[in-house]
Amino acid sequence: MICAGGGANDVQWCFSQVKGAIDDDVAEADIISTVEFNHSGELLATGDKGGRVVIFQQDTENKSLPQCRSEYNVYSTFQSHEPEFDYLKSLEIEEKINKIRWLPQKNAAQFLLSTNDKTIKLWKISERDKRPEGYNLKEEDGRCRDSTTITTLRVPVFRPMDLMVEASPRRVFANAHTYHINSISVNSDNETYLSADDLRVNLWHLEITDRSFNIVDIKPANMEELTEVITAAEFHPHQCNTFVYSSSKGTIRMCDMRASALCDKHSKLFEEPEDPSNRSFFSEIISSISDVKFSHSGRYMMTRDYLSVKIWDLNMENRPVETYQVHEYLRSKLCSLYENDCIFDKFECCWNGNDSVVMTGSYNNFFRMLERTQRRDITLEASRESSKARQVLKPRRVCAGGKRKKDEISVDSLDFNKKILHTAWHPQENIIAVATTNNLYIFQEKVN
Amino acid sequence: MAGAEGDDSLYPIAVLIDELRNEDVQLRLNSIKKLSTIALALGVERTRTELLPFLTDTIYDEDEVLLALAEQLGSFTVLVGGPEYVHCLLPPLESLATVEETVVRDKAVESLRKISQEHSPVDLEVHFEPLVKRLACGDWFTSRTSACGLFSVCYPRVSSTVKAEIRQHFRTLCSDDTPMVRRAAASKLGEFAKVLELDYVKSDIIPLFTALASDEQDSVRLLAVEACVSIATLLPQEDLEALVMPTLRQAAEDKSWRVRYMVADKFSELQKAVGPEITKNDLVPAFQNLLKDCEAEVRAAAANKVKEFCENLPEDSRETIIMTHVLPCVKELVSDTNQHVKSALASVIMGLSTILGKDNTVEHLLPLFLAQLKDECPEVRLNIISNLDCVNEVIGIRQLSQSLLPAIVELAEDAKWRVRLAIIEYMPLLAGQLGVEFFDEKLNSLCMAWLVDHVYAIREAATCNLMKLVEKFGAEWAQNTIVPKVLSMSNDPNYLHRMTTLFCINALSEVCGQEITTKHMLPVVLKMASDQVANVRFNVAKCLQKIGPVLDSSALQAEVKPVLEILATDQDMDVKYFAQEAISVLTLA
Repeated sequence: MICAGGGANDVQWCFSQVKGAIDDDVAEADIISTVEFNHSGELLATGDKGGRVVIFQQDTENKSLPQCRSEYNVYSTFQSHEPEFDYLKSLEIEEKINKIRWLPQKNAAQFLLSTNDKTIKLWKISERDKRPEGYNLKEEDGRCRDSTTITTLRVPVFRPMDLMVEASPRRVFANAHTYHINSISVNSDNETYLSADDLRVNLWHLEITDRSFNIVDIKPANMEELTEVITAAEFHPHQCNTFVYSSSKGTIRMCDMRASALCDKHSKLFEEPEDPSNRSFFSEIISSISDVKFSHSGRYMMTRDYLSVKIWDLNMENRPVETYQVHEYLRSKLCSLYENDCIFDKFECCWNGNDSVVMTGSYNNFFRMLERTQRRDITLEASRESSKARQVLKPRRVCAGGKRKKDEISVDSLDFNKKILHTAWHPQENIIAVATTNNLYIFQEKVN
Repeated sequence: MAGAEGDDSLYPIAVLIDELRNEDVQLRLNSIKKLSTIALALGVERTRTELLPFLTDTIYDEDEVLLALAEQLGSFTVLVGGPEYVHCLLPPLESLATVEETVVRDKAVESLRKISQEHSPVDLEVHFEPLVKRLACGDWFTSRTSACGLFSVCYPRVSSTVKAEIRQHFRTLCSDDTPMVRRAAASKLGEFAKVLELDYVKSDIIPLFTALASDEQDSVRLLAVEACVSIATLLPQEDLEALVMPTLRQAAEDKSWRVRYMVADKFSELQKAVGPEITKNDLVPAFQNLLKDCEAEVRAAAANKVKEFCENLPEDSRETIIMTHVLPCVKELVSDTNQHVKSALASVIMGLSTILGKDNTVEHLLPLFLAQLKDECPEVRLNIISNLDCVNEVIGIRQLSQSLLPAIVELAEDAKWRVRLAIIEYMPLLAGQLGVEFFDEKLNSLCMAWLVDHVYAIREAATCNLMKLVEKFGAEWAQNTIVPKVLSMSNDPNYLHRMTTLFCINALSEVCGQEITTKHMLPVVLKMASDQVANVRFNVAKCLQKIGPVLDSSALQAEVKPVLEILATDQDMDVKYFAQEAISVLTLA
């Protein structure tokens, strides 16, 4: 067993696998839009802009061989969402998968929720290793048998067959969102989940598709008075009554569902006073929160804005307990990032298994590991150049101005088209999944 | 029996068996629904050795197929050879009890409960109880939730050692890691308590009940409220205070509104279960608090229970409690900020008048009724009007009529057609309560105005309303008051209104009887056969078909037949069609 307690810098990360097409010509549909491990880490799901969900399964046969333990192979691929057209509003509804969330395992099958802008679907992924054999009126290959030759009845029997993995849609939760869904989150009571769009948060029962309860509505009576939108929402991992939602103004509101049916009044508001010295035209844009995630322990939550990652203690609302700069060197480049729209990129973030390290993405296919106790950080790169089996990833450095040292990359040579928005960390082990545009990289801790 | 009779009798069964694995779900479902036919043809032995093993493995199928299968197996005992072999049904039901779909699992549990009764005491211990244990110790929560529903059926019929094991299993599931299992256990707690010996209820169930009622998950705590009702009924009165009341008080003040909502929702049951003394001392203040709760959902649930709660109060102190404790809260609810709360109250508040009697009603309730009749929300007003009969018995409706009329008129003219529709539906009731004079004077014109409403659903409801009024007030009243008005609409320039005349005649002819129909209605209908609008003409044909049975044969032959014959040669296809249909239905050809 690998101890997940080691800090990011104690861990040497090495390449394990890369998934997806190798050529540079990227088809729009192949762009990965979400990555998510299930609760055991045995399965890893990705969603893409083409509405497909691909599930990888950890290779259990080689689990005894430590160097192979993180091999993930395709387990199931299915089309979760199709492009649609809303005839009433004359709007195209993209098939792009915005989020995937696994449900805690309830029986031998696995379940996940996937959502595009409008519709959430519950999928069942199950295995089948037996099939029935034996007909009365025809042969197994379909040829009809003469019905006059029947002298006795045959009951079909189940025989073993090659393992087949099936994905079937079990529930479709539609027509509850006027705006684009940005988050879904399963409650710890395992029977409800929330879905959030720009202005509202709805609460669903996992077994009921024809109604949901609106629990947050920030839509002003007059849309011209609109000043902020909801950017992400998540349930607390243990307290079934608590959820948070973040806003484009950089605040996070925590709500207690026990207090009232409609959670328009928050119970806590997490907000850091703005530093007047850093104020600029872009202040509001870059303070918008692109992702919020509770720690596994439920004590902290992490938020990602354009330039930083903040960790909040749920008991302290006035400022984060930790703040990490992700790519501070971009502060001087905001103008050009605004012009090429990169400033609106929504970077996600994730915790490691024991909440000691957090990870988030950046540009140039760089991603950052931020180690909490020692306040150390490291920049790594997902690239094909270092994709030889078990090759150790070298730390990268960006020259933030002044004289460029050897091994440093200058800010101007960063490729802003290569961005890592989605990453995921195995819930127990030091295995990470990092999505570059259309490739999924899997890295693991180097084992000696 | 297979084989001996030759091919013909086997063929349909062979088809059924093959369709058990057809690609088409509907065919599989049909086959499963005829499973007893298949089993009968196979005989008990082959059913046990071949069919049941096959069915045990079919859990990959669609939910609806599995649901049908789970249901079928509940009444399969005879088909496997009677009670002696009933345990053969356990394997397929066991696998169905672990699927993820709740409806299927619940049905499998229901069937298991059913067939548990057909097990002999020995079989119950040898076959059934081990199955319950397997489910209770299953890896997945689906099987453990299913186990929760099976304890109570085997407990009474097993030896005391096995009983002890069952209690232990139930205890374990009550503190399961997953909230789903704890919820399942909490929801079966009351049922399980019922089959336990009283001593064990006190020593086992009460601690479990207390623990579940303070579970960290709201969804578990609220189920404990339900269990509270059954447990309280089982315990002797003197134990209630110590064993149940602390938990119940805590639930009524729970931090989560959903739990308090549950208390409000179950209030009448709780009240009956704890008896009059505790009700007076504990539940009255609790009820007051729920009526004043900060969450509107809770207030609405409590408001819904006002009448029942008051009815069930002990007689000796009922009036005092209502007047001093309940009524002040009710008064506040009348002007609640939330319309659902007000409308919940409006649906029951009239019921208080029978409990409080005439004087109190006039003095205390009437102002509340009147206030609600003037409420801004139409649903509140509608709910008051729909329950007028209760007040009528106590103080007579005249007391209200001055306020009633403006309220009715306003609803009748509401901009939302659904509101208008709702008030129309209460018209016959109101007419009955208010009497024919008042009706003619004040309401008749409203009823006629609805006939020309611009929404079809309203016009349709208005015609139906006329029929009900005639049933109440009689044919003579109809002839004097409404028939002339209806018939005069046949000359209206708007063809929709002309059609309304026909629809009214359709509805009224039978209740008005042959004389009025022949004398007054028929001539108008026949005249309309030459209407320039085809829709009117084919509705004439339909109308004639409808009123035909009310007419005598001479009128049919002399008047109806010629007109229908003309219509049958109409240029319009639809007119022709309906005219011909009428001719053939009335056998006039």
